[in-house]
Amino acid sequence: MDYVKLINCMRCGMCLPHCPTYKETFLETASPRGRVALVRKFQEGELEDSEKFLEYVSLCLDCQACASACPCGVNAGELVAEFRCEKKAGEGLSMMEDLILRKLVPHPDLLEVSMVPLRLYQKTGMQKIVRSLGLLKMFPAALGRMEGLLPTLPGAPLRQTIEEITPAQGTEKGTAGFFLGCVMSLIFSEASLATVQILSALGYKVVTPKAQKCCGAPNMLGHDKEGVNQAARFNTDLFQSHQLDFVVTDCGGCGAELKKYGAHLDGEFAATTFSAKVRDISEILADEAPALKDRLKPLPLKVTYHDPCHIAHCQGIRSQPRTLINLIPGIDFRELAEADACCGSAGTYNIEKPEMSDLVLSRKVANIMKTGADYLVTSNPGCLLQLKKALSEAAPQLKVIHLTELLQMSLKGQG
Amino acid sequence: MEKNFIKALTEIVGEAHTLTDKESLACYGYDSTPELESKPGVVVLPGSAEEVSRIMELCDGAGVRVTPRGSGTNLSGGSISFDSGVVLQTSRMNRIIEVDQENLTATVETGVITSALHREVEAVGLFYPPDPGSMNISTMGGNVAENSGGLRGLKYGVTDDYIMGLKTILANGELLKTGGKVVKDVAGYNLNQLLVSSEGTLGIFTEITVKLIPKPQTKKTMLVHFPQLEQAALTVSHIIAARIIPATLEFLDRVTIKCVEDYAHVGLPLDVDAVLLIEVDGHPAQVAEDADAIRVICERHGCSFFQTAATPEEALKLATARRVALSALARLKPTTILEDATVPRSCIAAMVKLIQETAKKYDLVIGTFGHAGDGNLHPTCLTDERDKDEIARAHRAFGEIFDATIAMGGTITGEHGVGVAKKKYLPKLVGESGLRVMRGIKGAFDPKGILNPGKIF
Repeated sequence: MDYVKLINCMRCGMCLPHCPTYKETFLETASPRGRVALVRKFQEGELEDSEKFLEYVSLCLDCQACASACPCGVNAGELVAEFRCEKKAGEGLSMMEDLILRKLVPHPDLLEVSMVPLRLYQKTGMQKIVRSLGLLKMFPAALGRMEGLLPTLPGAPLRQTIEEITPAQGTEKGTAGFFLGCVMSLIFSEASLATVQILSALGYKVVTPKAQKCCGAPNMLGHDKEGVNQAARFNTDLFQSHQLDFVVTDCGGCGAELKKYGAHLDGEFAATTFSAKVRDISEILADEAPALKDRLKPLPLKVTYHDPCHIAHCQGIRSQPRTLINLIPGIDFRELAEADACCGSAGTYNIEKPEMSDLVLSRKVANIMKTGADYLVTSNPGCLLQLKKALSEAAPQLKVIHLTELLQMSLKGQG
Repeated sequence: MEKNFIKALTEIVGEAHTLTDKESLACYGYDSTPELESKPGVVVLPGSAEEVSRIMELCDGAGVRVTPRGSGTNLSGGSISFDSGVVLQTSRMNRIIEVDQENLTATVETGVITSALHREVEAVGLFYPPDPGSMNISTMGGNVAENSGGLRGLKYGVTDDYIMGLKTILANGELLKTGGKVVKDVAGYNLNQLLVSSEGTLGIFTEITVKLIPKPQTKKTMLVHFPQLEQAALTVSHIIAARIIPATLEFLDRVTIKCVEDYAHVGLPLDVDAVLLIEVDGHPAQVAEDADAIRVICERHGCSFFQTAATPEEALKLATARRVALSALARLKPTTILEDATVPRSCIAAMVKLIQETAKKYDLVIGTFGHAGDGNLHPTCLTDERDKDEIARAHRAFGEIFDATIAMGGTITGEHGVGVAKKKYLPKLVGESGLRVMRGIKGAFDPKGILNPGKIF
């Protein structure tokens, strides 16, 4: 790790009010400034990677709100992740990690098959029985939380049902590669279908290479840098073999990771070119605002927007989703307080650190409720899962949907 | 730290709020001051005034030293414990107790964040003007202890001007109530004023009552470019001499402009030596008149561009950009040594020139920004803690700047406090008699010397 990156932190504390875990605890060790100090002191030999040390470091959600807030350009979240990757590279993956991160996640076929029992579990009514009998209490807490997060699965993952080429409607403006994203394809396939259909309606030919693999974000969460690099290599080569004007994704987490491929592969030309082509769907659609505006039909809804960390902090995209929502006639847009604060999902954080995740989530839910909105719009599957679950309990009348689903509703006049 | 002492602390604040592991202690060894670090023996986070009182009673009995700390944004080393004592963090006491719209006061607990108070009172059309650069994280208790200033100091004054009442826990755990909601109060010594800027050496504030004023009806924010530094500095002096008092009159030099623009992207010019950020507020007619007069003065002094913020959002962006100036300077070099020498306003041009010459003499990069309208500049040396020779030159340069400041009738610190960072310059400024009186006051409040020892003098 580059020592200069650590000493660049001048400890001004500008990150503190933006850090979800600091806001809940007021503890310096749970702040970005504190985490940079911890890693620095480890590098300097003053501290060891004791159990306590790792506990503090792993409390970071890696939401990177601190990076957005830091005037001196320090990215505490990334420094912590880098430290954890270096540590993992030294120790090697555990058997379970190897099984999930290397043998399951990078293989879409296996991943899709692994969801079949879950689909059956829901279809056969087993889920209802298990939930009503409270059988989940018999399982480890983490399993129970995972089960609770699971919404009703679509009939089939989008990767299986979508055509590799979706032609443009009307005059063809260009070609977009579509990066599916595992969770979007497996669970939120309707939203992703909407993404493809909107692009096509606006005149883009959409190429969805079926061989594509997971973007590597789960490996990053597991601090498996080698696994991330393998994903970067594979997807770069696959997408670069097509003639594409840009590569679009509707998953914030994938977009953030894909944009880093160039850096992951040490500035290699192909990967850097690929990364430069990656766009979040909101970036493309905001550029198409005039064309889109003519087609949108009124939706008399009260809507608010939650900024996913991977969209706002990692990609710097804030205005585009709001512009798009406000394009829809009749929409009553209500800005959310602390809109770009993490919802507590943070990859697998909500399973690994349930207590802190719940604290961060309650704050988010309270802010959402204050808006009085009927619809919460966001654009990252982790946030969708987390907020759907939380709001189905706290405010069942409030619907949680992806940005492209809202736009599709308006395009189809489903107001 | 003795086991029994830690146990007694734990009984007061609970285990979750007593930190003794070496990782935590390492993270409480610093604040925002460069080059200073020292680990405390234990950290406590009390949740109420009663707990603070019991902690002080315990420490008084055991002779253990206590350093109060808010969010740890101090710039003079004031919130660092240099003798392995107790660091007492006030953040958990963060309730806004009331906004009294009849008396125009607000009462808050000590750990309330400054900007949280701003939001609360502005929602009902009232105004708490002090707005230090760190207002989004600094605590009210810390602001009172340091007498924090801010961007609006020129017209509205500093924290001191708004403190009406304090509840303070003394070194022996006793509660001291001073002032209240009355506008006039001459009963005995003005202890409120004495406690403000006491830097944690006289007591620990638990409750603060501040004066509020009506929120200004309107404001206008202007950004003015100057090809040369002196033009900007002279403009400042002439605006004041023309008897116009803007709310904000901030100065940024070329180095600072570049760093701020790199971070904030607000359209600052990269080809000029200085910009002034000026804000006038108040009655619409007055605001328009002041803005026009300011424009004439800027043009007379050769400004190359005069921009008025078109929307409140644009104005906010400019002010926010200025607030991050110090941190943004750290983009260039890892270590930033910042000072807040303050001179009478008529000397601002001479001061700017002196800083430039001193930087040249010692071969240093110094970025200067600050509250030019208050005569309060922040020359900031951009350096690297690993370059011992450069650090030594920086300290010699600042020594000279302080001597010149005192000679101009100025002060060694306008708003950051003496702490430990400026301790050695204080005798030059206040003399033997000044030190003797201050020591006497300290002795009256804290005879055993357990509250934030080693700070100020």
